[in-house]
This record gives sequence, structure tokens and C-alpha cells, in this order.
Amino acid sequence: MIKEYSSIIDVSGPLLLVEGVEGAKYEELVEIYTGTGEKKRGRVLEVNRDKALVQIFEASTGIDVQNCRVRFLGRTLHIGVSSDMLGRVFDGLGRPKDGGPETVPEAMLDINGAPINPTARDYPNEFIQTGISSIDGINTLVRGQKLPIFSGSGLPHNRVAAQIARQAKVLGKEEEFAVVFGAMGITFEEANFFIQDFTKSGALERVVLFLNLADDPAIERVSTPRVAFTVAEYLAFTKGLHILVLLSDMTNYAEALREISAARKEIPGRRGYPGYLYTDLASVYERSGRIKDKKGSITLIPILTMPEDDKTHPIPDLTGYITEGQVILSRPLFRKKVSPPIDVQQSLSRLKDKGIGKGKTREDHADLFNQLIACYARGKEAAELSVVLGEAALSDLDKIYLKFSQNFEERYISQHEHEDRTIEETLDLGWELLRVIPRTEMKRVRDEYLTKYYDKE
Amino acid sequence: MKKGEIVKVSGPLVVAKGMAGSKMYDVVRVSEERLVGEIIGLTGDLASIQVYEDTSGIGPGEPVYMTDQPLYVELGPGLIESIFDGIQRPLDIIRDKTGDNITRGIEIPALERDKKWHFKPVVKVGATVSPGDILGEVKETVLVVQKIMIPPQSKGKVKKITEGEYTITDTVCELETENGVEKITLMQRWPVRQPRPYKERLAPSLTLSTGQRVIDAFFPIAKGGTACCPGPFGSGKTVIQHQLAKWADAEIIVYIGCGERGNEMTDVLLEFPELKDPTSGEPLMKRTVLIANTSNMPVAAREASVYTGITIAEYFRDMGYSVAVMADSTSRWAEAMREISGRLEEMPGEEGYPAYLSAKVSSFYERAGRIKALGDPSREGALSVIGAVSPPGGDLSDPVVQATLRVVKVFWSLEDRLAYQRHFPAISWLNSYSLYIDDVSEDLNKKTAKDFTDLSKDAMRLLEQEAELQEIVRLIGVDALSPEDRLILEGARSIREDFLHQNAFHEIDTYASLSKQYKMLSICMFNYSKAKEALARGVLYADIVNMAVRDKIARMRYLPESDIAKIDALRDEITQEFDKLIKGEKAKTGEEVEEGEKEKEAFTGEEKEEEGKKEEPEKKTRRSRRKK
Repeated sequence: MIKEYSSIIDVSGPLLLVEGVEGAKYEELVEIYTGTGEKKRGRVLEVNRDKALVQIFEASTGIDVQNCRVRFLGRTLHIGVSSDMLGRVFDGLGRPKDGGPETVPEAMLDINGAPINPTARDYPNEFIQTGISSIDGINTLVRGQKLPIFSGSGLPHNRVAAQIARQAKVLGKEEEFAVVFGAMGITFEEANFFIQDFTKSGALERVVLFLNLADDPAIERVSTPRVAFTVAEYLAFTKGLHILVLLSDMTNYAEALREISAARKEIPGRRGYPGYLYTDLASVYERSGRIKDKKGSITLIPILTMPEDDKTHPIPDLTGYITEGQVILSRPLFRKKVSPPIDVQQSLSRLKDKGIGKGKTREDHADLFNQLIACYARGKEAAELSVVLGEAALSDLDKIYLKFSQNFEERYISQHEHEDRTIEETLDLGWELLRVIPRTEMKRVRDEYLTKYYDKE
Repeated sequence: MKKGEIVKVSGPLVVAKGMAGSKMYDVVRVSEERLVGEIIGLTGDLASIQVYEDTSGIGPGEPVYMTDQPLYVELGPGLIESIFDGIQRPLDIIRDKTGDNITRGIEIPALERDKKWHFKPVVKVGATVSPGDILGEVKETVLVVQKIMIPPQSKGKVKKITEGEYTITDTVCELETENGVEKITLMQRWPVRQPRPYKERLAPSLTLSTGQRVIDAFFPIAKGGTACCPGPFGSGKTVIQHQLAKWADAEIIVYIGCGERGNEMTDVLLEFPELKDPTSGEPLMKRTVLIANTSNMPVAAREASVYTGITIAEYFRDMGYSVAVMADSTSRWAEAMREISGRLEEMPGEEGYPAYLSAKVSSFYERAGRIKALGDPSREGALSVIGAVSPPGGDLSDPVVQATLRVVKVFWSLEDRLAYQRHFPAISWLNSYSLYIDDVSEDLNKKTAKDFTDLSKDAMRLLEQEAELQEIVRLIGVDALSPEDRLILEGARSIREDFLHQNAFHEIDTYASLSKQYKMLSICMFNYSKAKEALARGVLYADIVNMAVRDKIARMRYLPESDIAKIDALRDEITQEFDKLIKGEKAKTGEEVEEGEKEKEAFTGEEKEEEGKKEEPEKKTRRSRRKK
């Protein structure tokens, strides 16, 4: 039975307090009709005896305490999903935004999903070739991984994400893939960049877009990644597609969450973000992965801009604790015109060890990237030293390392936006760069690989 | 069954009225869906309940059923090789019943009811038994024999006991007690929040060898000890926890994945059955119990998961086993407490954490220890706890880190600086400590050689000297150092790269036995002392660092355990090569030696010159360091 009330006693920000409610349920979906007949949606955040606290998904403009009516729908927020959603553009709550017709749902699903049983998960170990050396070679992405891009304002994270979306493939397999793109509070131009890029590469009909732009209600953003994942889960685990989920920008999402928390007068955690930010982010990120005996998979690349490039800010910090590594874009590299400016030292892919090596990429891969990183680190140290003391103060070996690290940045990390390097090319380039360093310094590499790869010219 | 009525729902917190007569920490069943909850506060007839499952769709007016029982775990055959959620529901069976996603309101017993176990009594009819006495044995896996013990509250005379095949609910023994006949089954229950009793607490004295060189040689943990490894993300906390779960020489491992990634649990589930225990050669899974509450599973169950894990561990400890509990990560447990506390509208302490945070943390770690178990035969068990802590931004002033450091005796400080240099395990040798070094040194030396702990002290001194010298190098460059000092840097580098650095993903390097560790460290130190000697006898520093044997020293880590005798052979090679160098030096003309002397002078001259400039570059380096 659907009940309707007009007993709103308090409106503050995105929250409504409704009195005299009977039988409201936690997380129940609510429809609010304003005096002008406009319909808004919301959900129950808390029920205390006959009072229900409702969070509106949209802007609270037009809501008043006299004329508004609130309907409790007796169910939680579900959205209709179908394969026809591919190639379409929706708003942050999953309503068509491209002027096209409503899609005919093949299933109605709860946007909160249900946690994947850890015993049902299959370990992500299929190498994804992105064609970007600093990712493939050093911070390898695998299918089912969640690998965020930590960026800062003005850094080219969108280009990196678009390049990954364009070039990502699993070698030796022609499989159906699709991209689910969730935009939260990004500008029209940024969203348009992605749409243009998908159009140019002819991928647009394999993309589902959920756009909550900067001028859309901030509160809608809280649902956007959940809606996006609900569709992604359906396409991946019911329809057997390999899905890449791109979410941009998680910082805006977390700010919307903070807004709700502040309106509820909750005790804030660090920097005013709610104490449950970790749990909340995890309930989004952890929906990616692979499931045993299911064909499809969900790989997640969330993008977030670190305020002041600060990695210890709660949003990147908590994200880093949940995701399986991170790709960090570095401003100093960007200034040096290294593009993509991926900081290979701070970036990390936790799942790479299972996705590389013989039969996946090449036997020497693990040893090679360890060696590359070690040499690059030493070169960077030498560079620091030469800033203080001048290059003349460096030992001969340090000078070699310095040269190596410069080459590494210019030739290995730098690459054109449309350059799609195969993994073989990436690995061979690594060896080529290493050859300027004496063989005795190759401590992280097994002898057999040195003979096979380092010694061959 | 008594029942109350829900008046408020706020996330995992439910308030119900009509709950008079219920006790704190009683388990209740919420709504007709029978979600599991626990009472965490009572005011009048109102009870605050934390619910271990998702509360969507639950509202006021729905019933709350009381069970009058605290949250307990089932202890008995079937624990090993299982994977449970935070309140001990078997996840593999849940998957068989409900599919790939976890739904709610599932009621499945923790231990399999139908499986038959072979029970072999060790006491005879007529024997008088008291709590903790071993009645008989069940061979659970190739590695684990479960001792069936008299539950801590029972005692009497054995009336009937027979060998045979039993399920865990069958009566295997009848006890004649003061209150009549008591039936003993293979399974017993124990409330998770209450530590299991023991006879006597003992001081730790044995080392828990972990196969990780930096830990065993420098910061060892004792059997029955506590350790924590705080570090920012990406510093390798989970890899260390996994490594310890794999290679620690405990007989039982309880691994609690508390609010961490789902894929990490999958990794353990897939990898452990494949990996072989270095002592027995059997799959590691045959000694492991897993508790998984991944970060997207209900938050309240996270709070319970650490207690579930440690209670299971105590049960095996009481059998006389050495048990190790890994909790990854205790920060998530603390955050779960914070979330519940916030919803209860309690007055917050630091950073929003409840004021009782440190009390809860310390009472958890205090459940570790080496003990003499209750009952006959007399036996000693040990329970070691290793907790990962994930402080925000790697900031050690975090309340959870501070509360943990106050109780644990071993601190492995993980640093992202080391991780960026790909120095793994990224345990800082300067900041970490172990208060067990003196307690376990005798045991360590007994297992290796009498100078093992002395060697590691020398090596540590070298590393400390290196840190001091590095300061100077940062200011005025490495050339300003005397050859002796440069040799110290070289010796420390060798310890860092050839000994401390260990690749968890290399099939051989991943584990090093104590004797291999001893041999490796003694070679590093031997090489250094030889080099010092050679330098004193006029050999040039450049010749020393270009020695061919250095390559072999760097590769000794890759020698399999069966070949570690080869490490000793390096000793002769080092001696020979140094002899050659010294002889070669002597054969040269006096002029060259003099030149060497001059070079030394040049170093000292430069140092003086640089002194004046010292201030400038110091500022610079400070600035650049801050930038990092």
C-alpha cells in the first residue's frame, strides 16, 4: 500500500523531515511532489518512531513545508537495466538525457547491489594491454582490477583515461567489451571530450554514459556511481561483456557525501568528511572484479583530483586503501613536458605480479620492471644530488644513472596520446635503455634473462 | 520466544522497545528476515542493537526476537580450511546456497553438521576429568589433530566413551556430574567477547620464525607475542601479513581479512592450497582458518570479525598449539566502532573515535600470549597476534596506531619511501623495534649459531652509521667521505640490498630459513670486515667495490634451501679475492701507494673547504626533502 503524507516539518539542504509517518522503512524510495506538481525522488536515511528523515536525490528547490506531498513507495531504489542502454546517454540517476526513448528494462535491480561473496571471486590475472609503457611495463593493469588515477587540477588525467579506454585490449582474444562512464560534477567540456573521443574511435555505441555535470544537482552524484555499477554488473555478469567502468571525478562524489553528512549534523571525520567515507567508497569500488564461471568482468578506473596534489587528503588516501594500486600523475613531470606525466615510482599496481610473466606478457617482465624502477630511483637521487652540488660532484656511475633516468622519462614514460605500444615494444625499450648501465649493476635480474635480453644488441 | 518492537533504524543501528530482560551483548534477530544483531546499549526498555547485515527495508513496528544468548562461535572439527564471514557463517556454503552475491537473513551453521569425523578416545571409562582435559582426538587434516577437550564449565566422571565415526553434534562421551549426566559432543560453543580461560600465563621465550629476514634477524616476534605493522597504502602491509601467514612456523594460522579488499581474500583462497608448508611439505591451507569481512560487507560484522577470529585461535591454543592470528586491518575494525559509536550519539574522543577505543584495542591484543592450558595432560600453547594498521596518510599520530603501539611489543614501521625505491619488505630498520630481542635471543642462537644476535647487532650498528653518514653525503657529496666511511656505506648497502631486501614473489627468495638467514648475514658481515682489513692494508676503495665476488653475494638469496651450504663456500672465495688484492697491492710500486695516501688527503681537504658552505646546501636539502 502506498502512503502519502503532507507533514514535512523541516527542510534543510538535501534533507526533509516528515512527521506522522507509519511503516516507513530504512532506505525506502520516496517521491516528493512540490506545490507545482514537480516530482522529485529521495530515500529514507533514518526512521525514528513516526519521523522519517528523507534525503532528496535532486535539488531541493521548490520544496516547502505547506504544499509538498511525500509518497513512500515501499521499495528501495531500483533501476531498469537492459543491453539497449549501450550507446545511450543518461543523467546521474539513469533517466535518458539524449532525447531518445526510455529503454525497455530487461530487469529491475537495486542500485546498491549486493556484496560479492569472496569465495565466488576469481582472481584478476589477465593482462590488459593499454599501449602505455608506464602502465603496461611498470604498473600493469589486469582485468577485474580497480586502478584509480590520482591527478590534480590541470593535469591530463582525462587524456590518460581516454587513451586507456581506446587502446585497452586483452591479447589474443577478441571479446565483447563495453565502457560504462559515470561523470560526477565534471564540466560539460570534460564530458564532451570523452564523448568526442568515443565518437572518433567509433566506440560510442559500446558506451553507456551517465552524466551528472557540474551544474546538475550535487546530491544526485551520490547515486551516479551506484547506477553506473548496477548497469555494469548486469552487462558483465548477466550478459557476459567485459566492462571498463570510468568514474570521474570521485572528489566531487565525496564532497556530495560530505554535504549530506553535514546536513545530518554527523560528527565529522578528517577534513569534515564523514567517518564512514571508507565504507561508502568501498561499497562502490568493491563492486568491480571477476566472478568464477562468469564470462564477463568489471575493471574500474576511477579518476580523482587530489586537492593541492596532496596524496594524504582523505579521498585519495581512503581510495588507495581500497583500490588495487594507483596511477599517480605528477606535476613536476608535467612541467617537464613528459606526457603522460605518470609518476612511476609512486604509482603501483598490486595485481601486476599475477598478470605478468611467462604466458601472460614475457618471462623477463617482473625482473625487468624491478630493475628499471631501482635504476630510475637511483638516477633521481643522483639528479637531486647534482642540484645541490653540481653534476661534477657525481661519481661516474651516478652520471650514468642520471643519464638513464633522463632517457627513461623522455623515451619510456613519454609517448604520444595515439601511440599504441605493444608489450614487446615496451619491454624491449626497457632493455635498450638499461644497456647504458653496466651489467654488474643488474642485481634484480636473473642471469638467464640478462644473457637472453641484456646481452643481445 | 520473547520479542520487542523496532522504533528506530539508522544504518546498522536499530533501536527497539519492549526489550526489558535482555542483557548487554545478547544476540537478537531483527525483523521477520531474522537479521543477526547484538545488543550494545540498554536504556529502560529500549535496546540499541548493532545489526550485522544490511538493514534496507527494515522499519519501525517490526519485531525483534531475543535469544538470551551472547554472540558465540562454534568450536570443533571442521574449522580448518574454512572461510567464514565476521560472525562465523561459512561463505563457501553460503555461495552454494544463495549464489555469487551475499544476501541477508541467511541461517547456516558454522560447522558442517553431516560430516562424520573419526574420534579416538584417550581417556578410559571411570576417569575423573576436569575442565580442559583432553578426552580424545580427531584428525582434522594431515597437519592438524584436534584435541577434544572438556568444556571449561564441565567436570565429572567418564561414564561412557567410545571410538567411532561421529558428527559434531553426536554424543561422544557421557559425563557423570553433580547435576546428572552431561553429554559431550565434538563441538563446543564459546562467546566471542570473553577470553577463554587458561591455567597460567608464561613469559614468551621462543621465536616465531617467519622466513622474512628483516623480521627474524632484526625485529623478531616471540611465540605468544604481539606485533603491529602500520603503514600508508602501497607500503606492503597486506603482503607482509600474507607472507607471515604463509611462512610463520605456527601450527595454526587464523587470518582475519577485516574490511579489506575482496580480491585479497580470493588470493589467499587460491594460493594457500597450492603453497607448501616448508616444514611439513603439506599445503598451507591445511593449517589455516580464514575470516573474511571485506570492505563492502556489512560494517557491524567487521567489529565482530576480530573477536570471532581470536576466539577460534584461543581454542587451538588451548589444545597446545602455537597459533598465529593475522588481523588485516585493525583500522577498519576501529572505524566500524567509530561508525556505531557515532550512530549511538556517544561523545567522541580523538578523531571521532569512541573514548573506549584504546581499551578495546589493548584488551584485544592482551588475548595473545604463551600459556599453560587448563587440564591434563599439561601442555603449553601460544597465541601470537599480528595486526596491520592503516593510518590515514601513513600518519603515525593516528589514534588507532597510538593505541596499538601502547600495547604491542613489536613495531614494524612500513615506509612508503622504501616502497617507492622498491625496497621490500618496506620495514624501516631505523624506526622499527622489537622488545622481544632479549627474550628470544637464546632461542635464536640455539637454532642458528651462537653469534647470530651479535651479528645482527653489528649489522644494525652499520645501518645506523650509514644513516648518519647519509646526512653528510646529502650536504656535501659522497666524495667528501674518507674511504673508511665510504666502506661503511658500502657495507650497509650490502646489508640492505643483499640481506634485507626480499622478494615475496620470487619462488625461492620468498622464504629464508633461520640458518639461511644466518649464513647470508654472516657472509655480508664477513665481507665487510675483510674489506676493512684490506683497506687498512692499502687496497684502494675502488678495487674493493669492483670485486667479482660481490655479484655472488648479491645472488645468494636465490640459492634454494637445499643448497645453502654453498653460501659458506663464498667465505673462501672472499678471502681468496681479498688476498689477491692485498698481494697485488704489495707487488705494486711504492709510488702508487703514496698516491692513494694523497687521495685520502685530498678528501679531508675538500671536507674543510665545504664546511664553510655548509649552511646554504643544508637549507636547500631541507627544502627539497620537504617537497618530497
